[in-house]
Amino acid sequence: MRRMHLRAALSGAALLTIGTSTLALAQLGSYNPAPGPQGTFAITNAHIFPVSGPEIMNGTIVISGGKIQAVGANAAIPAGAQVIDAKGLNVYPGMMDGGTSIGLSEIPQGAASTVDISEIGSFNPNSQAYYGINPHSAHVGVARVVGITSVISRPTGGIISGQAALINLAGWTVPSMAVVPRVAMVIELPGGGGGRRGGGGGGAAAFLAAQGGNANVLRARQLDSLKQILHDADAYAKALDAYASDKTIPRPKHDAVLESLIPAIRGQQEVMFPADRAVDIRAAVAFAEEFHLKPIIVGGREAVSVAAYLKQHDVPVLYTGVLQLPGREDDPYDINYSAPAKLAAAGVKFAITSGDCCSEVRNLPSIAGMASAFGLSKADALKAVTLGPAQIFGVADKLGSLEVGKMANIVVTDGDMLEARTNTKYLFIDGRMVPLDTKHTQLYDLFKGKTLVP
Amino acid sequence: MTHSNMRRLSLALSAAFVLAPVLHAQAAKAAGPAPILIRNATVMTVTKGTLQNTDVLLSGGKITNVGKNIAAPAGATIIDGTGKFVMPGIIDPHSHMGLDAINEGSLSVTSMARIRDVINPTNEHIYYALAGGVTTINALHGSANTIGGQNAVLKLKWGRSGAEMLVPDAPPGIKFALGENVTQKNRNAGPQQAGAPPRRYPGTRMGQEEVIRDALMRAKDYKATWDEYKSKSVKDKTLIPPRRDLELEPLVEVLEGKRLVHAHSYLGHEMLMLLQLADEFGFRVQTLQHGLEGYKIADEIAKRGTGLSTFADEWSYKIEAYDAIPYNVAILMRHGVNVTINSDDDGRARRLNIDAAKMIRYGGLTDDEALSVITINGAKQLGIEKHVGSIEVGKDADVGIWNANPLSVYSSIEQTIIDGEVYFDKQKDLAMRDSMAKERAELEKAEANQAPVTRGGRQGGAPGGAAAVPPETH
Repeated sequence: MRRMHLRAALSGAALLTIGTSTLALAQLGSYNPAPGPQGTFAITNAHIFPVSGPEIMNGTIVISGGKIQAVGANAAIPAGAQVIDAKGLNVYPGMMDGGTSIGLSEIPQGAASTVDISEIGSFNPNSQAYYGINPHSAHVGVARVVGITSVISRPTGGIISGQAALINLAGWTVPSMAVVPRVAMVIELPGGGGGRRGGGGGGAAAFLAAQGGNANVLRARQLDSLKQILHDADAYAKALDAYASDKTIPRPKHDAVLESLIPAIRGQQEVMFPADRAVDIRAAVAFAEEFHLKPIIVGGREAVSVAAYLKQHDVPVLYTGVLQLPGREDDPYDINYSAPAKLAAAGVKFAITSGDCCSEVRNLPSIAGMASAFGLSKADALKAVTLGPAQIFGVADKLGSLEVGKMANIVVTDGDMLEARTNTKYLFIDGRMVPLDTKHTQLYDLFKGKTLVP
Repeated sequence: MTHSNMRRLSLALSAAFVLAPVLHAQAAKAAGPAPILIRNATVMTVTKGTLQNTDVLLSGGKITNVGKNIAAPAGATIIDGTGKFVMPGIIDPHSHMGLDAINEGSLSVTSMARIRDVINPTNEHIYYALAGGVTTINALHGSANTIGGQNAVLKLKWGRSGAEMLVPDAPPGIKFALGENVTQKNRNAGPQQAGAPPRRYPGTRMGQEEVIRDALMRAKDYKATWDEYKSKSVKDKTLIPPRRDLELEPLVEVLEGKRLVHAHSYLGHEMLMLLQLADEFGFRVQTLQHGLEGYKIADEIAKRGTGLSTFADEWSYKIEAYDAIPYNVAILMRHGVNVTINSDDDGRARRLNIDAAKMIRYGGLTDDEALSVITINGAKQLGIEKHVGSIEVGKDADVGIWNANPLSVYSSIEQTIIDGEVYFDKQKDLAMRDSMAKERAELEKAEANQAPVTRGGRQGGAPGGAAAVPPETH
C-alpha cells in the first residue's frame, strides 16, 4: 500500500497535523550530470520523425550552436561535425510535459522541507516557479532520459497560484534551463475541481462546508476577490501607462502583486486554469473571456463532453487524465483512455500531460501511447507530447518539431519513442549532448554486482 | 449533477449493471462453460516460449491443448486469433481491489482480521482490471500496522460472489508491514503535540522488530500450550482445552510454514531485520512487498528463497521511496530472486503489461522475463503455480486475448477468460453502451433522481458567477 489507502485508514485529525517535519532535506538532488558544450553534430542514416512534416526514412539532421541547422534526406554534413551514425535508430523532437511541477517538489510526503509548490495565501501572482525550481532535482535527470526535454513547472494551490516556468531539463542553474521564465499564470477558480488528483481549488470552501458553513457564500466571496484583484491590476496597468506618457501626474505606487498580473490581463501571457468537471471548464472559459485572458484548461477530465464549446471558443486543453480510473461506475472502462482521440476528432487543441508533479512525469510517452491504443492516431499521439504542447504555450517557433532554426532538443532511440520498452541512445537539449546517467543508473551501477560487500 | 443525486443514480444503476453478468455466470455454471478454441494466434506461454500461428483449446475450465490445427470439439466457440496475442491472465500480487475495508489499524497486531470478510464483488474496478487482462489478485490488508491481517487470493470473477472468487487451494497468507506507514512518521512527525491524535506504538523500526518478535513469541507459547494439551489429552480426556486465540492462531501457522508472510517494506535494512527475525523463528518470509530497496540486499533475499513484489518505476513519493530505482527487478532477478511487479492501485492494475514492458528498458529483461513478472512469478509467490501463471496444458483456462503484443503501449485487451469463461469481451462491452446510455438517461429523468429544490436553487449549483452556465446533459 502506498498512500491513499493509508490515508483513508487514519483519522481525519491526523491529516490536520501537516507541517513540521523534522527531516532537513532541503538540498536533495545533484545527481544529474552536466550537459556537454553546444557543438556541431550530424546524426546520419536516421529514421527521422519531424512531427511537423512527413517522416524521413533515411536522413541526416545537423545541430550547431544549439539550433537545428539542417534536416533532410540529403542534408550536408559540415566539416568538423561530430557524426553519430543512427542506422537503425529513430530521431524525434524532445517531448514536453505541460503539466508538471518538476524542481518545486522532491518528496511530496513526509519531507515538507523539500516541497516548495504552494505559497501561503490565496493570491500569489508574483510567486514564480522560476525562483523556486531546484535545478539539481533528481527528477530532472530521470524525466529527461526517456526523451522529455522540456517541461512546464507550475505552482499550485490557492486561487492565483503563481507563474509557471518553461524549462529545459538540462543545466545547473534555472536561468540556463529556462526557455520562458514566466510562461503562464496559474489560476484555480474557486470551487473548481482542480486539475490534479485530490487537490485543486475549493479546498477552503470544502473546509468551510465541513465546518457547517455555507460553501457557496465563501466561493462567491473568493470569486469576487479574484475579480477585484484583476480589476485592480487593470487599473494599475492603466495608471502606469498614463504616467509613462505624462510624468506630471502622480506616479502610481509600486505594487509587486498587481504588476505581476499585467502580462496576463493584457493577453501577453497564457493563463492555466485547472478544471476537470464540465461545469468548471465552462466557468473557466467564461471567466477568461470576461477578463480577456488566454486560457489553457489543465486537467480536462470531462473536456470531451464540452468539446464543441472548447472548439468554438478556441480553448486548448492539457489533458491529464488518460490513466485515471473512470469517475462513475457506469462510465465505459476506456472513457479516459479514449478521451484524447475524442478531443482530436472534435477538433479541440490539446496536449497530453502526465498530470504529475514529478516522479511519474517519465510515464508521459507511454501515456500518449496508451491514448493511441484507444483511438488516437500514432502521429497525433506523438504530436500531443511534442508540437501540441509547444503550440499551446506559444513556443512552437522554438520547440516541438525538427525544423531548421528550432532549438535542438532531440531524442535518438532504438524504437518507437512512445513504447515503454524503447531505449534512448542519445539525447540533445539546447544543442548540448546530455549524458544518460541519472540517480537511478548511478544506484544501479553501484548495486548490480553479484556479490555485496560483507 | 450533485453528489446526492449521483449516489441515488449509482444505486439504481449498480443493481441493473451487476445483475446481467450474475445471470450469465449462473447459466454457464449449470451447463459448464462451452469449450473455446482460439485459432492461429501468437501464443505467449511465458514458460515455454512464444509460439506463432498456434491454437489454444480451453475446455472444462482448463487449458486442454496447445498446438497446430487443433480440431474443434462439438459446441466449441471458435475465436479467430489471426494477428492476436494470447498470454496468461495477469497476476497482481499486491492489490486492495474490491474491498470494503483495508486497514484495521487500531492495534499494532491485527492478525485476526480477514480480507475474505470484506470482499465487494460488485466493485466496478474488478471489471476495469479484467479489461487490462488481470485474472488473479492477492488481496491484502494495508500497511497501517505491523501485522495487518489475513489475505485472500481471488480470481476476478466479476458478477460472482466473493466466496466464488476465492482460489480454493491457495495457501493462506498474512500481511506484515514495516517502515514509515507503520511509524506514521510521514504524517505525524516529531514529539507528541498537544491536541494531536495519540501516537500508536511502535513509533520506530526498533519498535517494529519488537512488536513482531513479541507476537511470534506469544504464538510460540500458544502453540506449546496446545501441543501440551493435545499430547496430554490422549490419556486424560477430562482436560479442558486451552481457549482459542484468533490473534495467535494465524501466527502459529506462520511458525509452522503453513501461512505465507507478505511483508510491506521499503528500506534494505528494515527488510533484512525481518529476514533475520524469520531465520530466528525458523520460517521463511514468502514475499517482501514493494521492497523498493531490495536491490541493496539482493543476495540476502536470494539466499533465503524469499520472493519480492515491487513497482516498476514508482519512486520518490515519500522518503523511503527516494532510493527506489526501476532497475530493482533486473538486479533481483539476476541474483536469482523470484520477483514480480504489482499494482497496489486499481488504476495501475489495468496496465501491468506496460509496467512489465518497462523492465525491458530498465535492466534489459527479455520479453519472456518481462512477462514472467506479471504472470508465473506471481503464481509462485502465491503458491498457485500448478494452476495459473502460464499457458500450459492442464492449467486453469485463464488467458487474455490481445489485439497486439501486450508489451506494446499500442495494445489493448479483447477478451479476458477465467476458468474457461469469458469475463471481459470488448465487442460485447461496446455493444452494451447504447443501451447503458439510454438506461442512464431514463434514470436521470426519474423523479427519485431529481435534486431537491432548496433555498436559492438546486443543491450544488455551478461556482459563483457561473449562473449563466447551462446544465450539462449527462
